[in-house]
Amino acid sequence: MVQFNLPKNSRVTVGKTWPKPEGATRLKRFNIYRYDPETGANPRIDTYWLDLDKCGPMVLDALIKIKNEIDPTLTFRRSCREGICGSCAMTIDGGNHLACTWGIDEVKGDLNIYPLPHMPVVKDLIPDLTHFYAQHASVNPYLMTETPAPTKEWRQSIEDRKKLDGLYECIMCACCSTACPSYWWNGDRYLGPAALLHAYRWIIDSRDEATGERLDALEDPFKLYRCHTIMNCTNTCPKGLNPAKAIGAIKHMMVDRAV
Amino acid sequence: MRYITPLKAAKGLGAAGPSTGTLHHWTLTVTSVGLAILTPAFLLVMGSAIGLPRAGVLAYFSQPYPAIVTALFLIVGMYHFVKGTRNMIDDYLDGTERKVAIIFSEIFGWAVIAAAGYALARMALTAIIL
Repeated sequence: MVQFNLPKNSRVTVGKTWPKPEGATRLKRFNIYRYDPETGANPRIDTYWLDLDKCGPMVLDALIKIKNEIDPTLTFRRSCREGICGSCAMTIDGGNHLACTWGIDEVKGDLNIYPLPHMPVVKDLIPDLTHFYAQHASVNPYLMTETPAPTKEWRQSIEDRKKLDGLYECIMCACCSTACPSYWWNGDRYLGPAALLHAYRWIIDSRDEATGERLDALEDPFKLYRCHTIMNCTNTCPKGLNPAKAIGAIKHMMVDRAV
Repeated sequence: MRYITPLKAAKGLGAAGPSTGTLHHWTLTVTSVGLAILTPAFLLVMGSAIGLPRAGVLAYFSQPYPAIVTALFLIVGMYHFVKGTRNMIDDYLDGTERKVAIIFSEIFGWAVIAAAGYALARMALTAIIL
């Protein structure tokens, strides 16, 4: 259900300001969301200063530098540092991005970093994605067949394989779903852009034999039809994918089989 | 605290099934197309009635084209309103509030259709009877 105000225990307070590095010529200010559930305190914004001449070019470089050299308690996910794993998705300067592929110089002025919006926060910049992953699992993201498996392989034409381009590349970073207002208000029932993009990836797979069952599972006012083509998902996807188009295609298939 | 798995929470009660999402979506699509045609026609009908005396308006709406276009615009428009309002209610309300809002929205929509239909019929029939 829609909420216009944060709960009292989620309201952000002013946190600690760390000292500026000495002798720096290219200073950049980083305002970073901090939250530790073990303290029971409200979230706060801590301020850090970095010398850009002594820091890598990406936001993730800055976060790692802060953690290594200034404040080891800063907590965030990261792994591949090249836009493949999706671990370091966070809200940077008001948009959902991967910290490893978002350049510090893409943000003018202060750089504000928050966890992905409207998700429970585990700690600092780490959102709880349990429900997000469960929604992905609920669309059965794997090949479903009744025909006995062929001895060699399931064959697929080049044209049918091309239909999967723009879908299979999703890295499940959750930038799209957490940018979607419909997912904010009804995330408990609406599957969200990422899970629906994956659902469509298997619905149109020529080798899959559960197309009807997959569509049946989405025949619901909430699971699919909370999408109002707001397009935040497509705007924010760090891989340049188009979940809104995939959702639209599912709606077309729904109408095609009903009308 | 409920000890259920994340997958059970994600699946919830399952899909609502036929005649829910897709029917609603298709109804809104059809009424949208209908209104795209009916709205300019209705505006032209109303424009032609502006400035007429009472007897002239009654006579005007006793003709088939103005009466049918107006009736269709009101019925399709309010039906579209009811369905569109349902979308907003589903987006922003939950639980009992959602159910109550849906009931009031449906009652309001159909009441407007009934009142407008009565007014239109009365105008058309008054001119014919007189």
